[in-house]
Amino acid sequence: MSYFSDVGALARKDLLLELRAKETVPSMLIFVLAALTIFHFVTPVGAATQDQRVATLGLLWTALVFTALLGLTRAFVPEREQGLMDALVLAPCDRSAIWVAKSLAVLAFLGLAEVIALPAFSVFFAGVGWQTIAAVALADIGICAVGTLAGAMAVAGRARELILPLLFLPLVIPVVIGGVGASAGAGNRYLGFLALYDAIFSLLAWATFEYVVAET
Amino acid sequence: MLPMKALRLPQFVGLTILALAASIALIFFYAPLDANQGLSQKIFYFHVPIALTSYVCFGWGAWKALLLLWKRTPSADLESYVAIHQGVIFGSLTLITGSIWAKISWGVWWAWSDDQLVVFLVLFLFYCAYFMLRYSVDPGPARSNMCAVYALFGVVLVPVSFFAIRISKPFIHPQVFSVSHGYQMTNAMFLAFCVSLLGMVLLFATLYQLELAGKRLDANLRELRELLA
Repeated sequence: MSYFSDVGALARKDLLLELRAKETVPSMLIFVLAALTIFHFVTPVGAATQDQRVATLGLLWTALVFTALLGLTRAFVPEREQGLMDALVLAPCDRSAIWVAKSLAVLAFLGLAEVIALPAFSVFFAGVGWQTIAAVALADIGICAVGTLAGAMAVAGRARELILPLLFLPLVIPVVIGGVGASAGAGNRYLGFLALYDAIFSLLAWATFEYVVAET
Repeated sequence: MLPMKALRLPQFVGLTILALAASIALIFFYAPLDANQGLSQKIFYFHVPIALTSYVCFGWGAWKALLLLWKRTPSADLESYVAIHQGVIFGSLTLITGSIWAKISWGVWWAWSDDQLVVFLVLFLFYCAYFMLRYSVDPGPARSNMCAVYALFGVVLVPVSFFAIRISKPFIHPQVFSVSHGYQMTNAMFLAFCVSLLGMVLLFATLYQLELAGKRLDANLRELRELLA
């Protein structure tokens, strides 16, 4: 079996599990809608100024990061509950394929949640431009790459759900900076930066994932 | 069994005391008073060397982490942990001394407009989580690998965060405090600064070896106890 068919089989497993259990994507959806509702009550009412528009875009990014966090918390739960991690590590495939497949699955869930969240945001608050959509797409890759690795680390410990945000949030601060910059319409350099972040951290996570799951 | 002989603690203690005493003498009796800030500028000789030393600590910790993953050096896990532990201690001191200096010279305890402050805070949060990770996983090779990977992420996060904060500046922070990055120093000031930096790095080296000696003794003792039991 080649590397790609390994990845395909592993990703298919995650998507199939979600299709049957329907746990992660609905909870992410409800979470992001509830978060946007809360944001309506914390933003000042009145004429929409430029500052206010930027502030609501910032809230959109906050909502997306925490929605991703919710999905990532669930990412390795099936492996943990069924004791599957050991079996996956023993399987005759490259271990980084586990990371690629899991990242793709999380990316799919996050994408699905955003397909609803972005239109909802534009209905509730202000319209989103193509730059925001491009930034969200680029940020998703980085978030899933880094988050899956952090999720694999967190799941090995005792304080799983507690520790993932601590590991994950400092790592995605650059993504938030880039995302907010791009959606506030400050040019393509933020999109370039997000692409750079994706490249650097995907490569690093891909290269080091093996050590995170290996027992020796 | 982890090696104990390789540590040269007494020599390092002596050198550190010497360098720190010399730096204090130079700071207060040799370096001239700053024309604008007066006496309050003296904190510069402590704050900046401490900050640079904490970067040295994190860099050293990442280097040891790389050695662990690459060469499988068994003692590197503990060394990486001790370096990062010292880094977080120096980091806390950096944030405290920086806040004091900011309050005196800029009038605020914290300024989001300064790149270095924000990067440092991100980094500090990142490394605080290192301890949470380390103490939530049972000791063993899996934990060593995981911590090493995390430490490597840290050194990559520094330039990436710095770059992100730098490009976001013209947009989020229209007016910037004119913090003179290329500090205008006289030769006497520069000498005092260098000696102080040397003292701080030596202090790190000494504390690093002290903590490492304790931790190695602890690990060796536990190993012996298991052999006897």
